[in-house]
Amino acid sequence: MFVVAASMTGWGSLARDSGFTLGVAVTSTATVWGLPGQVAAAELYAVGAPLLAIALASSMANLRFFPMSLSLLPLFRGDPASWRWRYVFVAMMSVNTWAVTLRNGPSLPIDQRGPYFTGLSVTCIAAGMIGTAAGYHLAGELPFFVTVSLIFLNPIYFVFLFAGVRARNGVLALIIGAVLGPITHWLSPEWGLPFCGVIAGTVAFYLDRGLRGADA
Amino acid sequence: MPEQHELALWGLLSMVSLATYVWRATGVVIAARIKPNGRLSQWFTCVAYGMLAGLISRIMLMPVGILAHTPLVDRLVALGCGFALFVLCRRAMIPGVVGAVGVFMVLAALRGYGIL
Repeated sequence: MFVVAASMTGWGSLARDSGFTLGVAVTSTATVWGLPGQVAAAELYAVGAPLLAIALASSMANLRFFPMSLSLLPLFRGDPASWRWRYVFVAMMSVNTWAVTLRNGPSLPIDQRGPYFTGLSVTCIAAGMIGTAAGYHLAGELPFFVTVSLIFLNPIYFVFLFAGVRARNGVLALIIGAVLGPITHWLSPEWGLPFCGVIAGTVAFYLDRGLRGADA
Repeated sequence: MPEQHELALWGLLSMVSLATYVWRATGVVIAARIKPNGRLSQWFTCVAYGMLAGLISRIMLMPVGILAHTPLVDRLVALGCGFALFVLCRRAMIPGVVGAVGVFMVLAALRGYGIL
């Protein structure tokens, strides 16, 4: 919770510097709920980019939600009470709640997964909104080394969140993706990330299957 | 015209929110049509991991915005210290995160005050 709030503090400051109002900055945390897309929108808005270009760029920056919601939903498939809420669940999903639910969900009874995910997500969104408001008010008042460390907290948190992944195909995809990501981004800033995901994911998937064959 | 400016911002926000939600909803539509825990669903999980790892590594190595004002070596040294703590504490997440961000903050402060 602290990490979510602290990361969103950085967003709050950026949003203010980009000319967003407090209401828009805080609402965006709940409705977009994807930092790279929010940052892309704020930065493009600040330089006066056209509306459609901003929407497209932030959409591309948040493309990861597509494979994420696809891989999360099977956890709720067997419970009709949860399945009914699937379109709401994916709106509440963040990298954090996705990774945590993917790890802990399978060991929970099926009828408790929905409430677990909802509780986790609502808490995180609330913390994110508080963080955004705090960051908005603190913008310009914190020394540079504090602000930059709050921004640094976000990627670092995810590094260690994923360092706990156990499934071999997941670990392989993470390692290959980490190596490939900067290269594909350098080749194409717009399309690099989806390509990186598809290549890393596919290689990891088949490598794992091959190794499984060798193990057997 | 502050009111018009505010209205334009809310319009922008609606479009950006919708543009992000489209990906989430597409995932739902397709998830309902493939076998849960089947090969395709596992492959999508791998793709998600690959994309997230690529994104995080890009942010660490080639950041944009405020992080771009910090030297690469600071980010890598901080990450290395975090990993050392992570391993020493039997793969515990919190020492890794606190260690990495703590080292990074000290380095950034030292540079800020011209000591480093």
